Amino acid sequence: MKRGPVMSSSNARRPSSLFRNLSAKLASIPMVLTALVVFVGGTAWTVVYSFTSSKLLPKANFVGLDQYERLWSTRRWLISIENLAVYGFFSMIFTLLIGFTLAALLDRKIRGEDVFRTIFLYPFALSFVVTGLAWQWILNPDLGVQNVVRSMGWESFTFNPLNDPDIVIYGILIAGLWQGTGLIMCIMLAGLRGIDQEIWKAARVDGIGTVKTYVRIVIPMMRPVFVTALVLIASGIIKIYDLVVAQTNGGPGISSEVPAKYVINYMFRAQNLGQGFAASTMMLLSVVIILIPWAYLEFGGKKRG
Amino acid sequence: MKTFSKLLGSVALLGASVAHAGELEVTHWWTSGGEAAAVSEFAKAFDATGNTWVDGAIAGSGGTARPIIISRILGGDPMGATQLNHGRQAEELIEAGLMTDLTELAEAEGWTDLVNPPALLDACTYEGRIYCVPVNIHSWQWLWLSHDAFAQIETPVPSNWTEFAAAAPKLEEAGIVPLAMGQQGWQQNGAFGVMTIAIAGLETWRKVVVDKNADAARGPEYAAVFEAAVDARNFASNSNVQDWNLATNMVITGKAGAQIMGDWAQGEFQMAGQVAGEDYTCLPGLGVNEILDTGGDAFYFPVIDDEETKKAQMALASTLISPEVQVSFNLKKGSLPVRGDVDLSAANDCMQKGLDILKAGGIMPSGDMNLTADTQTQIEDLMAEFWTSDMSAADAQERYADIIASAE
Repeated sequence: MKRGPVMSSSNARRPSSLFRNLSAKLASIPMVLTALVVFVGGTAWTVVYSFTSSKLLPKANFVGLDQYERLWSTRRWLISIENLAVYGFFSMIFTLLIGFTLAALLDRKIRGEDVFRTIFLYPFALSFVVTGLAWQWILNPDLGVQNVVRSMGWESFTFNPLNDPDIVIYGILIAGLWQGTGLIMCIMLAGLRGIDQEIWKAARVDGIGTVKTYVRIVIPMMRPVFVTALVLIASGIIKIYDLVVAQTNGGPGISSEVPAKYVINYMFRAQNLGQGFAASTMMLLSVVIILIPWAYLEFGGKKRG
Repeated sequence: MKTFSKLLGSVALLGASVAHAGELEVTHWWTSGGEAAAVSEFAKAFDATGNTWVDGAIAGSGGTARPIIISRILGGDPMGATQLNHGRQAEELIEAGLMTDLTELAEAEGWTDLVNPPALLDACTYEGRIYCVPVNIHSWQWLWLSHDAFAQIETPVPSNWTEFAAAAPKLEEAGIVPLAMGQQGWQQNGAFGVMTIAIAGLETWRKVVVDKNADAARGPEYAAVFEAAVDARNFASNSNVQDWNLATNMVITGKAGAQIMGDWAQGEFQMAGQVAGEDYTCLPGLGVNEILDTGGDAFYFPVIDDEETKKAQMALASTLISPEVQVSFNLKKGSLPVRGDVDLSAANDCMQKGLDILKAGGIMPSGDMNLTADTQTQIEDLMAEFWTSDMSAADAQERYADIIASAE
């Protein structure tokens, strides 16, 4: 009699943990499978085949680290990495800075906020290809900014980033910022609206200035919003491809190449899958190196706290 | 509502037509005005055989279309026939058994005797079997000169590269860009290839590109080529256009003295109403080494397991290489026919020059036939960098030799 209830209670508890919210778990199975097979499986397959000499078709002909050695001795790849670093660094800083500033300005209860919000968010509705083409024209010395300024009388004005190998990546950066800051502004604005008005009143009572209130009180409170924005910007940086293709197609020469373009080019145009896989594995590795310590700090810390 | 049901009807018809026998979907990337006109010659001739040509043009250059075509074949959704540049691009598809063997038809029609130069058919041959139909010959080795530009500096139109190089400073003084060059890797790479043949000669080229001899690529002949390429880079330093036809347009309007570009540039001159020998001059092999490469386009037929479709594929293969179609197609395309036994008296001055060179046997295999897409991409990357930076001739040569050393 004593064993009976114990067993039945343990029997009753076990299914309850496994089958709790059964329908929700069932419903998530397709996504779990997709994630495992497509993302994890596909990634593993790519990594394995990056050690082969696959050309047009994948072949399990292992050659060790040859593809990686070739990759890291290729000028084009090194330039791609350098460009990504420059683009990523400035894009991250300026998107956050401009996005937050615009949001904070809109948050000051100005007149016509809706109009400004629409204007700032509009570029985001355009695809990268359209953005790239539009900025190709705007930055074209014979049609765009340079021509306009010169026709206004400043004859010596020179602004021709897309044809100068040293600064072409900044020309792309301008287009990227123009397209991306609107969304970040909206996210920031939503975050700012989530701040309790009582806090502003309390700060005012204590005689703290507006800017100081933003920097010291509001921004720390908006941490989750900043994390969201950071993830969005970072994923946008690492996958940058179509903007470059539309705006410069890697030119002049190979001075505005980016890693994703290297991967696509070597996989399909050069018909060298192994090389493309090695490059995409390096891209994955760089994401993992940044992501894992961050995820550890962000989510590991919460569990302890 | 009526239009909608009509639309539905036509969609249903389209769906049915795919399953229907005798209809072939043909993919290609000939979408510019002159090219489309040339393709319609193929379509007309094929339709006349009782089959139906379903056009599957893919906009963009070969670089855009090729991955689409290859991924469709690999993905199990093959088209009836497709354009590709023959050579090593389709090698692995053939190896994987995805391309139809045309050997029987070729033997029945005696292609080996017809096709001139024979290298064209060799490029279609894999382990003794024939897998593609060559349809035209395009050559890169042309220098296009603007009479207008040289009239402006009161200098006779050059008859070879050396004279052109000597006249270049004068052009520059007059505010004319000596050499028009689109800032794209394939154009720069092509121009370099042309200069190689003209300056280093065929023998050295053969050692490097065919035998992959890296020592030859490090030798003095190639050093001279890279020196000349540095000159050309300086001549072209004020040429800010991207696409090849815009560069050709600079020559047409006299804003540039010359352009190194393949014979497809001729279509642009024709469209602008210019006459060869009066408004522009073409110099095969830069006027130095009159040798043309025999690159070009070919049609491949993916394996489709359906008797009717196979029959239609064979009919198309036979149509493409027939004498009448060869003439009508190539006159519109501005390229040379693949068979030596057809009459092309209607062709213009430049095409006649090309035909004469072909007859005299001044031919070489194209780079496509000897280098893999991988190696070509690496060389293109190097050239793109070389033409837009101030890389020295020696550095460029060393890196070029490294690529050749690692080529398969």
